[in-house]
Amino acid sequence: MSRLQVVSGKGGTGKTTVAAALALALATEGKRTLLVEVEGRQGIAQLFETEALPYEERKIAVAPGGGEVYALAIDPELALLDYLQMFYKLGGAGRALKKLGAIDFATTVAPGLRDVLLTGKACEAVRRKDKQGRFAYDCVVMDAPPTGRITRFLNVNDEVAGLAKIGPIHNQAQAVMRVLKSPETAVHLVTLLEEMPVQETADGIAELGAARLPVGRIMVNMVRPAPLDETALRLGLDRPPRKAIAESLSAAGLGDTRRGGGAERLVEPLLEQASEYAERYSLEEDQRAVLTEFGRPLHELPLLSGGMDLAGLYELATALRKQGIA
Amino acid sequence: MTPEPARPLDDARTLDDATRALDVDALIDDAETRIVVCCGSGGVGKTTTAAAIGLRAAERGRKVVVLTIDPARRLAQSMGIDSLDNVPRRVKDVDGDGELHAMMLDMKRTFDEIVEAHADKERAEAILGNPFYQSLSAGFAGTQEYMAMEKLGQLRSRDEWDLIVVDTPPSRSALDFLDAPKRLGSFLDGKLIRLLMAPAKVGGRAGMKFLNVGMSMMTGALGKLLGGPLLRDVQTFVAAMDTMFGGFRTRADATYRLLQAPGTAFLVVASPERDALREAAYFVERLAADDMPLAGLVLNRVHGSGAAQLSAERALAAAENLEDNRIVDQGDGKEAVRSSPEHSATPETSETPTEAPRPGQTTPDPRDAPDAPAGSAAPEAHETHTDADASEEQLTAQLTAGLLRLHAERMRLLDREQRTRDRFTSLHPEVAVTEVAALPGDVHDLAGLRAIGDRLAG
Repeated sequence: MSRLQVVSGKGGTGKTTVAAALALALATEGKRTLLVEVEGRQGIAQLFETEALPYEERKIAVAPGGGEVYALAIDPELALLDYLQMFYKLGGAGRALKKLGAIDFATTVAPGLRDVLLTGKACEAVRRKDKQGRFAYDCVVMDAPPTGRITRFLNVNDEVAGLAKIGPIHNQAQAVMRVLKSPETAVHLVTLLEEMPVQETADGIAELGAARLPVGRIMVNMVRPAPLDETALRLGLDRPPRKAIAESLSAAGLGDTRRGGGAERLVEPLLEQASEYAERYSLEEDQRAVLTEFGRPLHELPLLSGGMDLAGLYELATALRKQGIA
Repeated sequence: MTPEPARPLDDARTLDDATRALDVDALIDDAETRIVVCCGSGGVGKTTTAAAIGLRAAERGRKVVVLTIDPARRLAQSMGIDSLDNVPRRVKDVDGDGELHAMMLDMKRTFDEIVEAHADKERAEAILGNPFYQSLSAGFAGTQEYMAMEKLGQLRSRDEWDLIVVDTPPSRSALDFLDAPKRLGSFLDGKLIRLLMAPAKVGGRAGMKFLNVGMSMMTGALGKLLGGPLLRDVQTFVAAMDTMFGGFRTRADATYRLLQAPGTAFLVVASPERDALREAAYFVERLAADDMPLAGLVLNRVHGSGAAQLSAERALAAAENLEDNRIVDQGDGKEAVRSSPEHSATPETSETPTEAPRPGQTTPDPRDAPDAPAGSAAPEAHETHTDADASEEQLTAQLTAGLLRLHAERMRLLDREQRTRDRFTSLHPEVAVTEVAALPGDVHDLAGLRAIGDRLAG
């Protein structure tokens, strides 16, 4: 199993949710995982219903079987000051750099430096060992930028290593790239069964492949239940037995079948919903077929009808475990 | 079975009185409206909304350009353009007298154009060939946002279009595009740049002496951190760009003022989901803090139901009822319906049961009884059924149960959407809202965009 699991996907597909569920799923049986956030959105805190996360690894959840999930919101500015302190003992000068706008420059304006710091911090957590020489975390899960930016984000170290041809940034960038391009890393893509996210997944796989970054699994999120099977759909839509349906509805206690009666008035709207469902169902089947062709392990996570909450997160983690993700 | 009165919440799929309705047509028909900015978090249909508004405005007679940042290929194709680039392309088959043009931001090209326009040839070449510039223009955090605003400024100053519709970049924070011009501006004429330039000039600057850290130490630290060659690249770049700095600052400020000016309207786009609406609320607050004119909220992908009088609970109970009976029927075909109070999920028990009519009975009942409780389904009818009838009846029951489960799912979705929306409106009752009903599939052509436009306009 890869020790750095990067979760990307089109905006709105539920990357953060899937990353969190994955961190929970991988933490079972006494394991310890770290869930990192790199976009300063505090999405993890919102998901776990805690206050905003500081730049500090802290335990946010316990997995079934005694495992632990830690979380960290990486702040590029603090990460940079960390580095300066670690490598140069630049305490005071660090503050002066900040006053000059150099830190702001490095973390927001300078090409790629921000991303180098973010991926660098995650890789540091992957490699970190405790005094007994065991890895501090069994696995690090990153809630990463969306598919449109993921390749540049992960590959920025290559670019930076080329730009800064010598010096510590160069070395750092190269060390990070060694982790990211190894089997230690897997980049998972979250999608929905809709055309645009599936198209982005295809683009993402191609781009990651071209940059020789390891593509992991495809996670189909928010899969809706299928209350009508295909036989029923065909029967219901080809020549809907309106009268019989009305009778059925009436038999189930939903009013009477004459014109304008409770049951009769339900028939058309229910059939209309079924026809919308059929259209969506066939589109979803098409997209599922496209996803299968990518030849990557495919996982499906159900849409939680009550909306997303902590209980739902555990539900998704269980689903992932059942699908053999760990 | 107990009847449940239709809840007003379920019926009210249109906006209630407390919320102002956003009049999209009034907005785009108003000749004073020159810029519409669509913003919101990723995956809410922002780009599609921008394209649909552009098309609608064009078909209502205006000359429109849509500036998209990162369009899905499919969306470009839906406008009949295979690929969009940095110059506006006219969209064909637009009805009416107006015109629709579309373009996609090419970040690097836009940056190059600024350099070419503001530096003499030799200097421009030096800048364009500088490795630091090449990275900066292609990728630094905020370039895309800055260049989007830069392009908007250019389009507006050419005064060639009645209306410019802008789609904002899918930023890490949806507000980056508001901050980017200022950030780049303050960086480019900031202290750091002057410090970096200092070694390239003679001596340093007298004004730097307030710094209590020695200059050599600073550049030394930067040199250590960045590596010598990179620092030299940066210094060369900065020296070459020197003459343009003032220009950047002025332009950034001008673009910012353009966004605040009357004639600009912001539309916050969201879907009725918790995260999207949370981001939308944040947006509304930020726009207000920056004195940016907010026209309203576009709520995409809202679901409705033609059978909202039937609650999820009742639909599920009825579905279970039908499924149970299928099993019972196999034993004896008599009791078609069990009276099953345990299936009644609703507490209302006010109405007394009425005698339910038999199937096929057409005698008009003076009472409108949509929620007439289950009485019977004419048990004697079953005795005449053949096996084929029975199996068809089972199929119908199965189908009906499926329809009811589907409906229950829809009603739960409606409830959830309503709750999220209510949370937003109670937080920001002043924001005008328009709802766009969900389409089952994606948009593929102008007809699809037109349909979205119709829904946008209510």
